[in-house]
Amino acid sequence: MSFSDQQELEKEIQKRCPYKIDIGAVFSHRPKDQKTVKAAAFQAQEKELVFDIDMTDYDDVRNCCSGANICDLCWPLMRIAIKVVDRALRDDFGFEHMLWVYSGRRGVHCWVCDEAARKLSQNGRTAIAEYLSVVRGGENQTKKVSLPSEDPIHPAIRHAIDIIHDHVQEYLVNKQDFLDEEEQWQKVKQLAEDFEKHGTNSKNRWAIIEKRVEQSQGKSNYPKSKNLDSEILLQFTYPRLDVNVSKGVNHLLKSPFCIHPKTGRVCVPIDTTDVDSFDPQKVPTISQLLEELDNETSDAEGKKLKDYKRTSLNGSIQVFEKFLKKLENSWKGKLLEQSDMKREF
Amino acid sequence: MDFGSGRRRTNKIKKEIKTTAYPHTLQFYKIPPTETISLQEFEEFAVERLKVLKAVETVGIKHIRSSKDYSDLLEKDIRNTGLRKILKTQKADDDSENEDVYNSRRMDHISHFILRLAYCRSEELRRWFIQQELDLLRYRFQNENKESRDTFLKQNNLNYDPISDEEKNSIFDNLASSGNAGSVKVKTTEYFKVPFTDALDLVKGRKVYLHKGLAYIACDDMVSILLTVYRTYLSHALAVTARVLPHLQEDDRLLPMLCGLSKRYLGQDYTAKKSNIGQVTAEMIDMLSKQSFPPCMQQLHHSLRQNHHMRHWGRQQYGLFLKGIGLSMEEAIKFWRTEFTKLMDGDKWDKQYSYNIRHNYGKEGKRADYTPYSCMKIIMTNHPGPGDFHGCPFRHCDADLLRQKLQTQGIAKADQEQIMNYLKGSHYQLACGSYFTATHSKVMDSGDTAPQISHPNGYFEESQRLHSGLKSQGSSTPKTPHASRQPMSQTTPSRLSQSSQPISQQVPSQVTQLSGIEEMDDDFPADVMDEMMMGVDS
Repeated sequence: MSFSDQQELEKEIQKRCPYKIDIGAVFSHRPKDQKTVKAAAFQAQEKELVFDIDMTDYDDVRNCCSGANICDLCWPLMRIAIKVVDRALRDDFGFEHMLWVYSGRRGVHCWVCDEAARKLSQNGRTAIAEYLSVVRGGENQTKKVSLPSEDPIHPAIRHAIDIIHDHVQEYLVNKQDFLDEEEQWQKVKQLAEDFEKHGTNSKNRWAIIEKRVEQSQGKSNYPKSKNLDSEILLQFTYPRLDVNVSKGVNHLLKSPFCIHPKTGRVCVPIDTTDVDSFDPQKVPTISQLLEELDNETSDAEGKKLKDYKRTSLNGSIQVFEKFLKKLENSWKGKLLEQSDMKREF
Repeated sequence: MDFGSGRRRTNKIKKEIKTTAYPHTLQFYKIPPTETISLQEFEEFAVERLKVLKAVETVGIKHIRSSKDYSDLLEKDIRNTGLRKILKTQKADDDSENEDVYNSRRMDHISHFILRLAYCRSEELRRWFIQQELDLLRYRFQNENKESRDTFLKQNNLNYDPISDEEKNSIFDNLASSGNAGSVKVKTTEYFKVPFTDALDLVKGRKVYLHKGLAYIACDDMVSILLTVYRTYLSHALAVTARVLPHLQEDDRLLPMLCGLSKRYLGQDYTAKKSNIGQVTAEMIDMLSKQSFPPCMQQLHHSLRQNHHMRHWGRQQYGLFLKGIGLSMEEAIKFWRTEFTKLMDGDKWDKQYSYNIRHNYGKEGKRADYTPYSCMKIIMTNHPGPGDFHGCPFRHCDADLLRQKLQTQGIAKADQEQIMNYLKGSHYQLACGSYFTATHSKVMDSGDTAPQISHPNGYFEESQRLHSGLKSQGSSTPKTPHASRQPMSQTTPSRLSQSSQPISQQVPSQVTQLSGIEEMDDDFPADVMDEMMMGVDS
């Protein structure tokens, strides 16, 4: 399905009442006419640069849930992911219009809507996705992050580590208790030379690691341990992108404000200035919204409010509108510039 | 009797062309050759360049690019080919009139364009050709001195202005900790500021400092910019060539030769051939996997049986392999469905996964007949991530774990050592060869040497051949370009097909696939054929 303007889309949505909308690229021809034009002439012209981060990819470093489940104990992973990726896109690549959206169940999506991002080639998308990927290695490799001990750490990763550091005690030690299980501790121990002490819980085991790193700085003993703490942090918490979603121009991604078919939750945008207070468990569900709409209320002055303003969705819509406003402003500037240019001629 | 003057005039014209045609020893191959050359020369040029590219590929597997071992070996290899002259560093302008220099540059030029014709026909061929040409250019560029490099960059409009010292100092730490320069080096090198989209290779490897969409590039890394530009240009050009290639079909002298050329390197691409489709059924896979699957496929098979699920790249790698050994689409659907539906209901599977299989068999989407992944592809691309079981066990497995696995499979200690040794040198395919010998000792003669593994399906066929007790009548290793002067128009099947084999791979005598044209992603005017093709005289 394709639409050339807002009315067309609106009409079709009202007519069909789709239960889910996926968004793809802007094409040179209408996709339904694809067969009528030459294969080579039918091309995706632009598409937002998108990222998909899915909690299932973190299963080997989560102690609380697995698969499609999420809880308060593992959600901080997504907070870290949003902060790390958002920073890199903003500072390193110079993008400004990132919309982060809760996918409705177990992950988050990011839509980068800058013009430069929308026009990016497939290779450009791949390069950015690879730049942002640090955790590598399949089921047969224990150590998934390697920072070469001789070389300095790349600024982007430095920044990521700084962000992660803020979450170590609260998330890794307290919530995940990530070194408590003997099995996990053994795995971590494999990454470095033997420790003298063994520790009994996550807290003192993490202290052992930090001490070791301190000891290894500037000395030749424990060469494997020089970046041990950073490597462990990255392996346990660094964002794991589904790179194939970002690479392709043809990939579809669920539209914001859809209802997730399994959980009934609305795919609401996340305010990047206040990532920490976003709680996926509190996202309104479709049934909750219907209930709220049924409760006929008017505000104190008896004025009738727009429907969505009466529901718990109001906050999310404001986040979205703020994002659109900013995007619109950047366009206004562009259009002004363009018309200025024309006047000169 | 006015021959003399006439010839003198042509000589003079020729000389003018000579001085301007190739101003630099390196070139971007922008303008196709227009002269007339003999068929013999055509073939000779092509074979020589192919040898160079093949050398670039093999050396690239053995050594890290830009290391000393790499350049030494590559230099030695190129010296053994007819293109040896391209190696010499030539002073940019004064000797370009020299006949020798002109000839070698002309050969460089023409041979490149011939191989473009031969290697534009499918996605796989194009990827290989672009990769080797890029590596070759990188190597040659790095061999030039600074002056010559600068001239070349300038000639191709790639000169940027360096950043000021002030600016450099303000981001000094960031520059020093990105890229491979130490802080001493940062002080002395020039840095350039370019949009990150021009330096994608560096961005991809996190080898450059990025700020607000600009990449800060050391002058040593400018080669990467050069290669990015070259890659874009070359892939565009190959796509155009592929589109116009059908016009060439009328010429029955060239096309067979070109087909032969591209075959020379790739050997077989193990597309499922009509003859073996249906020779393997879903029930046979368990048995065959123990007997003849290479370790990468055993691993995937095992994980599938264990988890009743497999992630996308695993399904691709394994599914196409199964297609290659002759599993028909119906059987494939049966096979995957049975396994996956142990965990999910059949409806969900039909919706989410059956498309994928039909797609691989060319029944959906763009209907391309996908070929099984080669070892190079498995080793170099799509590195496995958490939850993935695909990849090459020799490349993507911790050494300790691998050793343990070898042990449980009962591989002799000596063989284990040999495999681990190969791993240390990053010779994953050789390691696989040793593994093959170790697991096939019962059916191999003592005189047999380890086969050269370059394709999982090759491994499988070789194993099947041994198990069925048939001796090979030709070499089973993919053909590498030989200096032989056989006419290329006859594609030599790499192995005689043996009908009595349980699974035989029939090599068609002539493959004139023009697949891949629909895969092209750009729209170009299709009017360049005349320019593309030089006249050919036999």
